[in-house]
Amino acid sequence: MKSKKLQRVDFIFDCAGCEPIEVVKKALKMSREEVVSSIIESGLKGRGGAGFPTGMKWKFAKDEVADTKYVICNADEGEPGTFKDREILDVVPNKVLSGMAICAYAIGSKEGIIYLRGEYNFLLPKLNGQIDEFNNNLSKIGLDFAVSIRSGSGAYICGEETALFESMEGRRGEPRNKPPFPTKSGYNGKPTVINNVETLVYTAMIINMGVEEFKAVGTMDSRGSKVFSVSGDTPKAGIHELELGLNVADFVEEFGDGDTKAVQVGGASGHCVPRKLFKETIIGFEGIPTGGSMMIFNSTRSMFNVLNDYLEFFAEESCGQCTPCRIGTQQLIKGVEQVKRGEMQSEYLDQLIKLTETMKIASKCGLGQSVANSFSSIVTNFREEMIY
Amino acid sequence: MKNYICYSINNTLNQFNMADTEKLVEQLVTQHGKTRNSLLPVLQGVVREEHFLSDTAMIAIAKALNLSSADVYGTASFYTFLETEPRGENIIRVCKTITCKMKGKQQVIEAIENHLKIKEGETTRNKKFTLLAANCLGWCHKGPVMLVNDDVYPHVAPDQIVDILDKYC
Ligand SMILES: Cc1cc2nc3c(=O)[nH]c(=O)nc-3n(C[C@H](O)[C@H](O)[C@H](O)COP(=O)(O)O)c2cc1C
Ligand code: SF4
Ligand code: FES
Repeated sequence: MKSKKLQRVDFIFDCAGCEPIEVVKKALKMSREEVVSSIIESGLKGRGGAGFPTGMKWKFAKDEVADTKYVICNADEGEPGTFKDREILDVVPNKVLSGMAICAYAIGSKEGIIYLRGEYNFLLPKLNGQIDEFNNNLSKIGLDFAVSIRSGSGAYICGEETALFESMEGRRGEPRNKPPFPTKSGYNGKPTVINNVETLVYTAMIINMGVEEFKAVGTMDSRGSKVFSVSGDTPKAGIHELELGLNVADFVEEFGDGDTKAVQVGGASGHCVPRKLFKETIIGFEGIPTGGSMMIFNSTRSMFNVLNDYLEFFAEESCGQCTPCRIGTQQLIKGVEQVKRGEMQSEYLDQLIKLTETMKIASKCGLGQSVANSFSSIVTNFREEMIY
Repeated sequence: MKNYICYSINNTLNQFNMADTEKLVEQLVTQHGKTRNSLLPVLQGVVREEHFLSDTAMIAIAKALNLSSADVYGTASFYTFLETEPRGENIIRVCKTITCKMKGKQQVIEAIENHLKIKEGETTRNKKFTLLAANCLGWCHKGPVMLVNDDVYPHVAPDQIVDILDKYC
């Protein structure tokens, strides 16, 4: 597969030529069908991790007949190594709000809600003021839609869309069975579009600059650009918007410290890419998709410690609702520790990989299903570090 | 004796009288609405004022929202920030996830432990501070990071701890 060269892009934070409320006005001049088909044509996929085509999501919600529909902005950003949604909401909140308003117009919704993780409560005073002002502007241009904000209370699982609805309905954040999907039955059992903070900004930018300009960036499978959260052993820790479709080698060339041993793409629930696979691994939906978390590890780091850290994270954040995930995460921690202490043969690691495969099939939501990603990629590529 | 108040033993803090708690719940329910959808905002409101959810508070909330108190406790106990055990007036959360671990979160925790004379998970005797470890706080590029209540301290160094915590005394 051919990869793209590393290319910096500035759609998200650049504000020249983009007055958010004017973008909403522009959308209002289009028909609802035109708005939805523009987003479909753009090829935009969700930036929250799962990568569902955004335009299709909007279309499903638009086609539902209901008295009430909701637009929800998922700002629960809890994946280890991700911090871009905080920055987007801090620096360009009006762009997020205009994406929500455009979606509301397209699907026929009057109520929008931002679910902000509790750890980001410091944003609230400023954000509340900006929301009030934006709501005012919306009513001035004749769009009957208003946004409000809800705080989380320190649970990573509430970033999962159906757990988030449960939380907003005053319940434990335990994911629901799907189907029904949120576009049919989401918050309060009503048709709901839930999108990541960054996805919503891109929808507004697509309306603003046109489908073709957006499509010109990225690849067939991964249209456009992506905001990456870069951390770990790097001299350039921070937030960087890059064209999708680059390979890990070029990424490391730009962001590594010269001694990069592995890159964890997509956070604890993502994949670990070892040095020998840098060149052939593409960052994007054709390779490894990511919510934007890029953690760089150099040769001084123990990958056993990295894996252990992720496993502890999962064991703590598992909602405990289904057995494969609740028990599985705990057994994995026990298992890798036993191998490390020499109480179990190294072949036991293969048993544990099988366990993660079972968890992938049998777990109810993305948390339990994705433990296999980091587990097998780290154990397979750094087997000797797990044992000695 | 700059830190006198930080060490002084004053157990009158953090004691709320039943009538006040019930009044607070009533206010919050009026503000957010008398439906189950308001449960989290109401619980969060009580924690903001009283630093934890007492039995009194949970029973009052259950009554006001027409839920069983077991249901209220069951929901609250799911969420890390909805404390059901007495906590200090100020909650310190130090990120313990991998990037912050690599950038020295342990030294930060030790500096806090030494200064406040408590261990991770404990509350000072005067109920001023509780020290907790947290999962990724969303500042990994500026680790180690800690929260004191809603305030964020990115790139926090062990030698800044005394000055930072003094602000909350
Ligand atoms: C355990 C778990 C945690 C998640 N956390 C988040 C999150 O913090 N933010 C987010 O946007 N999506 C998160 N998601 C994905 C959401 O369920 C959902 O797919 C997403 O918000 C849809 O928006 P998008 O299509 O714009 O990406 C999470 C999923 C799982 C399984
Ligand atoms: S997979 Fe884990 S987090 Fe998801 S529903 Fe099951 S127990 Fe809960
Ligand atoms: S790892 Fe500490 S803030 Fe993300």
